[in-house]
Amino acid sequence: MNTNFRVCPETGFHVHKPAELLMKANAVAAVVFLLVGGTFGLLVGLTRWPAVHLLPADQFYLVLTAHGLNVLIFWIIFFEIALLYFCSAVLLKCRLATPKLGWVAFALMLIGALLNNYIVMQGNSSVMMTSYTPMGADPLFYLSLILFAVGALIGTFIFFGTLAIAKAENTYEGSVPLVTFGATVAAIIAVFTIVSGAIILIPTFLWSVGLVAHIDPLMYRMIWWAFGHSSQQINVSAHISIWYFIAAVVFGAKPLSEKVSRTAFLMYILFLQLASVHHLLVDPGLSSNYKMFNTSYAMYLAVMASMVHGLTVPGAIEAAQRARGFNKGLFEWLTKAPWGNPVFSGMFISLVGFGFLGGITGVVMGVEQINILIHNTVYVPGHFHATVVIGTTLAFMALTYWLVPVLFRRDLVMKGLAKWQPYIFGLGMTGVSLFLMGAGTLGVPRRHWDIGFAGTGMTHDFPAAAYTMMALNGMSVVLAVVGGAAFCIIIVASLLFGRKLGEEKSSPALAAEMVTDDEYKTLHASGGITVPGTLCLTFIFFASFAAYYFINWKYLSQTWGIS
Amino acid sequence: MSPHDVPPENEEIPFMQRLLDNPFILLFLGVASPAVLYLIWGIMEIVSIPLGK
Ligand SMILES: [Cu+2]
Repeated sequence: MNTNFRVCPETGFHVHKPAELLMKANAVAAVVFLLVGGTFGLLVGLTRWPAVHLLPADQFYLVLTAHGLNVLIFWIIFFEIALLYFCSAVLLKCRLATPKLGWVAFALMLIGALLNNYIVMQGNSSVMMTSYTPMGADPLFYLSLILFAVGALIGTFIFFGTLAIAKAENTYEGSVPLVTFGATVAAIIAVFTIVSGAIILIPTFLWSVGLVAHIDPLMYRMIWWAFGHSSQQINVSAHISIWYFIAAVVFGAKPLSEKVSRTAFLMYILFLQLASVHHLLVDPGLSSNYKMFNTSYAMYLAVMASMVHGLTVPGAIEAAQRARGFNKGLFEWLTKAPWGNPVFSGMFISLVGFGFLGGITGVVMGVEQINILIHNTVYVPGHFHATVVIGTTLAFMALTYWLVPVLFRRDLVMKGLAKWQPYIFGLGMTGVSLFLMGAGTLGVPRRHWDIGFAGTGMTHDFPAAAYTMMALNGMSVVLAVVGGAAFCIIIVASLLFGRKLGEEKSSPALAAEMVTDDEYKTLHASGGITVPGTLCLTFIFFASFAAYYFINWKYLSQTWGIS
Repeated sequence: MSPHDVPPENEEIPFMQRLLDNPFILLFLGVASPAVLYLIWGIMEIVSIPLGK
């Protein structure tokens, strides 16, 4: 037996120690950048709250740039690298490929992230996350992103290397577990994302130092979004893998059908990244064929895959709970779920918020015709705070509550607060999402310091409801920041002061016993469909989806009267 | 059969399962699909816009 492994006393996982150290480093860096990025988010929210209007214009754009990069790139990618190492080395009981290179990757990412924050703080790179040309930033701004991306790419290839080692050394039988498969999909999308980022950011860097004369703005936008949008699809694949994982460790749930779930993931590989075109729906020069093929025909196949996951994850939980005796009525399996366990509640809020708020609005705004209603309004950040914050960030938070005792062997501190944290954060972000989308429907522009254009000689009057919604958004931001800060405090305090667990087991148990085939069989014997509650939720979802879709066509029909 | 079962010697592993079990073919598909349908198609449309004088 290789002494470089330890066996986790609670989960039975064989953990490769060099991999564990790397996971810890990446996860800790992730939380630090979440804290930084969240603080900037508070400043953005308070500035866009009309009655507060905290920062002057120049600082607003600086802070908006820093907010986007820290949370959307640094927090999420650091966490994803930790996740990739976990899903390969730990779940496959394998050694991590080239841990030394893992440290090189980590160093590059850390230097990139720190340098980026430093250069944005200097004040001459307030170009926002998208850094559209011909707006120029300091050359170090692009260079820092390139460094970060190279580091992340190395991390991704370490994941693929580890898959190859596990295969060669026969550390698993048959296919890799579904969670590892989902992580593979995330890693595949990451490769396309990072390569696209390099294709556009390297010439832009050369342009910023004067070696390239001109970057075409349309070309920039098109290639940049292969990077900017696809990076959010890494998140989707990652957080859906986490849903499956949490269903397994909290409930002992097996996927309803490996075949169906894997086929849905294959749809992601083939189609998910094409939805990048939804950012270009009003760009001149690109044909409707291009726009519609990518954002409708292709994207719907990816959306269908998301709906499959949205059905099979709660379905798997329902089947497991029913097999364990919570079989009364439609929803006993759900009402008797451990709502006080943040690992579960965070995951479930992530699932519902991602589907209902993020998914439905994402499809609607991806339709070329109705997109025009909300294009470049605060509806867009409303939508992606549902996908990326409620969906991804909350799922990552839920998993972190589970990882702290497993990886760091520390008990969580402030468990009472941890119980409430997903609800506070989830409620705050739901408010952010809904109020931004409401204000966006009324036409409030995104990325805008002052929607009234006061003192510019071209003032615009929005309806009072728009101002109210922006104020409610500001209040929701504060609530979400309280929830986000609670998370960071709980995690950092647990790492520093949490009781050392050693060989002791934490409660509730970190890994539920898997439901056995016999237990599932007794359930089938009782007859009927095994997941009626989930099907009921699915119908509610479809009804909301259809209603919202057609309401938007009605809005569109009223936008320009025919005379 | 769930993908975790090891098939008996004489049974062919189905094509789809072999595809899904090969991360490197999947990597190729996952890069090729958006590279062609998003990037290359998009670049071709943009470069075919006539230049203004
Ligand atoms: Cu997008």
